[in-house]
Amino acid sequence: LFVFLFCSSLYPRIMTKEETSAVRDDMQIDGRELEHPQVSTIPRGFSADYLKLYYGKLFPHADIYRWLSYGNDGKHPACDHSYFGRREFSFTLENDIYVRFQSFNNAVDMENSIREKCPYKIDIGPVYSVDPAKRHAYAQSGNNVFAPVERELIFDIDMSDYDDVRYCCSGADVCLNCWPLMTISVKVLDTALRDDFGFNHILWVYSGRRGVHCWVCDGRARRLSNEQRAAIADYFRVYKGGENNAKKVNLTGPVLHPFLARSYTDVLKGFFEGKLLASQNLFASIERFQKILEIIPDESIASELLDKWQGNRRSSISKEDVNVVRWEQLKHVLQSGKQKAQGLRRCVEEIIFTYTYPRLDMEVSKHMNHLLKAPFCVHPKTGRVCVPIDPNNCDNFDPTTVPTLSQLLEELNMSSMRTESEDEWERTSLGKSIKFFRSSFLSPLLKSCKVIVYNSKVKQSKNALNW
Amino acid sequence: MEIVRSQRKPADAAVAPALSLYRSAPALEVRLEDFELYAIDRLRVLQGISDGLSRGKKPEEMEKLVSELWRAHMRHQDPSEEMNKDIIAHFVLRLVYCRTEDLRKWFLSMETSLFRYRFRLESPESQRLLMSEFQLPYKAINHAEFETVKDKLNQVARSTGPSSNAETLFFKVPFEEVPELVAGRRVFMLKGFAYVAMNQVVSLVATQFRSNLSKALVLTNSRKWTSTIRDKEKNRLTPIVEALSTGYLGPDYSQPKEFSEISLKDIYQLASSSFPLCMRHLFDKLRENHHLKHGGRMQLGLFLKAVGLKLEDALAFWKSEFSQKVGAERFDKEYSYSIRHNYGKEGKRTDYTPYACHKIISSTPSVGDHHGCPYRHFRSCRLVDLFNQKFDVLYFLVYIYYNSAMHTIHCESIRATQKSIVHMLQIFCFSIIVVCNCRSLFNSEENLRAALGKMGVGGRSLDDILDKVRSRHYQVACTLTFEAVHAASCDSGINHPNQYFEASQKILQTTVS
Repeated sequence: LFVFLFCSSLYPRIMTKEETSAVRDDMQIDGRELEHPQVSTIPRGFSADYLKLYYGKLFPHADIYRWLSYGNDGKHPACDHSYFGRREFSFTLENDIYVRFQSFNNAVDMENSIREKCPYKIDIGPVYSVDPAKRHAYAQSGNNVFAPVERELIFDIDMSDYDDVRYCCSGADVCLNCWPLMTISVKVLDTALRDDFGFNHILWVYSGRRGVHCWVCDGRARRLSNEQRAAIADYFRVYKGGENNAKKVNLTGPVLHPFLARSYTDVLKGFFEGKLLASQNLFASIERFQKILEIIPDESIASELLDKWQGNRRSSISKEDVNVVRWEQLKHVLQSGKQKAQGLRRCVEEIIFTYTYPRLDMEVSKHMNHLLKAPFCVHPKTGRVCVPIDPNNCDNFDPTTVPTLSQLLEELNMSSMRTESEDEWERTSLGKSIKFFRSSFLSPLLKSCKVIVYNSKVKQSKNALNW
Repeated sequence: MEIVRSQRKPADAAVAPALSLYRSAPALEVRLEDFELYAIDRLRVLQGISDGLSRGKKPEEMEKLVSELWRAHMRHQDPSEEMNKDIIAHFVLRLVYCRTEDLRKWFLSMETSLFRYRFRLESPESQRLLMSEFQLPYKAINHAEFETVKDKLNQVARSTGPSSNAETLFFKVPFEEVPELVAGRRVFMLKGFAYVAMNQVVSLVATQFRSNLSKALVLTNSRKWTSTIRDKEKNRLTPIVEALSTGYLGPDYSQPKEFSEISLKDIYQLASSSFPLCMRHLFDKLRENHHLKHGGRMQLGLFLKAVGLKLEDALAFWKSEFSQKVGAERFDKEYSYSIRHNYGKEGKRTDYTPYACHKIISSTPSVGDHHGCPYRHFRSCRLVDLFNQKFDVLYFLVYIYYNSAMHTIHCESIRATQKSIVHMLQIFCFSIIVVCNCRSLFNSEENLRAALGKMGVGGRSLDDILDKVRSRHYQVACTLTFEAVHAASCDSGINHPNQYFEASQKILQTTVS
């Protein structure tokens, strides 16, 4: 917080004359490119120049504006035209300069500011009670008049939180062997948010490198207090990490809560046994299967299995994957009728939960004023665009084929000869994502907002008559 | 805001909730006697609850207890009169118990428990009415809906606890209202609604009641008691209020019963059979040392008076013990006067009343004293006491030296050796204090064990008693001692040493005859 305050004290940079002229030069370069359409004149990677082009031609400013207005940008008298202007944005500029409390009155202002400043990252914050730019005037009164009033319910799931249960990559890397962990998270949470909590307008976004973000945009979700957000996050919480406990998942009670039971039966078990067991080679080496054995509270069973596997008695005729075989043996021992002990009843589930269940970043969800990266930003380290993920088709999402900045610009150049359509992004791979964003998220959302706005206006007028 | 009228229209009675939420003081007139009597009756209920809770009664038992207590003390034929008494008594006790932090804490706990169990005893419609009073947006689910979610509700109930009784009454409420239940996965969730079981609703209602009352108590103290009532009502209400807060409601044993006259020779036998531990300890120490300090003389002397020891016998008894130490002449000169004073034969001629348990427990025996409540006050041997007391002063002096030393160090350059010496001294002092305190803690239990052993208490009973002592339920510990010694139950709980004595005698005499 201290750092942020310090950075925000630095006045946002206005582009110098040199930079503005550089932009014009770029335009000229672009023009020259058109004359010589070569295959890959644009080297891979990420740069401020590419970003400028991206913001100029591809970033869906208008869609973001319409989304975050939640219907208040209309002509209807019930619309609150100050709404969008009270939303906080933050920009991370080149050289890690971070500016907070940016706000815009309308779509044009926002687009101009983004194109001018060319932020490496755009974060979206809450809607405040007053325009963030004017916050100092209100902070003095001491009444806490400057406070968040609305904010989407958000979730952030990061692959690096799973480093203790994935062996294919670690840290920043992601591959198709560990990505199913994200798929699991999307499925489990999406179902729960819709079925258990009754939310409808949910946007899942690829974070650009190794995780996913979730934006729950129902009005009811936006108006949740911090306490209620924490309650939802706790409802989802199962894995309790930390260096001191070997056993991080404790499923007490004779049966599981319906939410956990459903997640287990519909998602976790299938992924664990069908995918992760083999792709992560969870039983292939002694360090790996010892980690699993640590979860078993009964020493004798654990050591019995340890001996069995350490001896490496794998019959040569067995074609089956060693992981599958050993997992079956473990399940057999734990679930056989002999085991009546309390701690063992849920052991198989606990192992599966440990290796698959979503691990949320609790702090992100708990506080209204937490900022989260905007969809359709470009990740500076990978160059990939933060595209939406379809929860109904998330099994097929491949993070390694997500469009990159350079790829998109290439596509732009290639196709500029062919068509003359309104939106430039339609000519690129980004088109698919933006179309999906509009059809499956934005349209239904705005439709429901219209209904709500209309209804509230009707209620208002009714009340006015009553007195 | 409820308005309670003494003449109620029948229609009102059907709609108004059965339990009061005590939101505001009633606009009623009360006779002065009723002011005190109603409060005393309610206090009996609250103390009964306190006793039940410290004995560790289960919720079902508590429900029964509350029902009995209420019926015994607060019932009235006319339901509106009963409601009036309920409200008046509550508000009087608010005045009584708002005055200190400890009083508030006790009152808050007992009133919340009372409300909780009375709520549970109400009919479902009545409960729903109350919930709407609290403005809780809970909707009971109808049978059809219940059938569709029955299995899931059962699953949730089983997932949260080993033995949850099968609930059939559930409420549907937006999940935003019950964040703590959602966070703990203690409710079934469907489309944004949480399905809350009856016992969970009770908790939520009770929590709401508690927080309302807590705020009200603080306000009562600051706005009503200290600012207006205490002084204005100096002669009328204030003495009543202050007397009520001792919480002792039993007989004061100022007039010994006729049949319980005892003679000198009986005393020694009675001491080992029917005296509570506090008096027995005093008695034993008197016989051992042939002396007792003032506190002990008062506590034991008044007790013996109520037991039935006549003045002449008392004088003879004390003389026989004291003269072995100080001589007969000194006894006559220095001690006999105060004994006669206790019996009301000298000076003011006030016939002093024997001390009740609460007075004995709150006394402060120091080095060389043997009075007080052993369950609370048993200390280690005199030497360690002395050590502790003197050492506090010593430590204080050292601390001052250390601080001034540090100050000089800061002012000048850092002198490593001086600093480290001071550090070591501080650590040394600290460790001595810690060791002493631990030893005294340890010793007090040992002493108590020994004393109870002499009374013939051992095994499981002894462990239960010590358990109660550790959780500071001294009177319950004494009650358990009584029950262990006499192999009989004492439902009313011990509140007065003479009550112990009389109850004991009653049991022994019935077994003899």
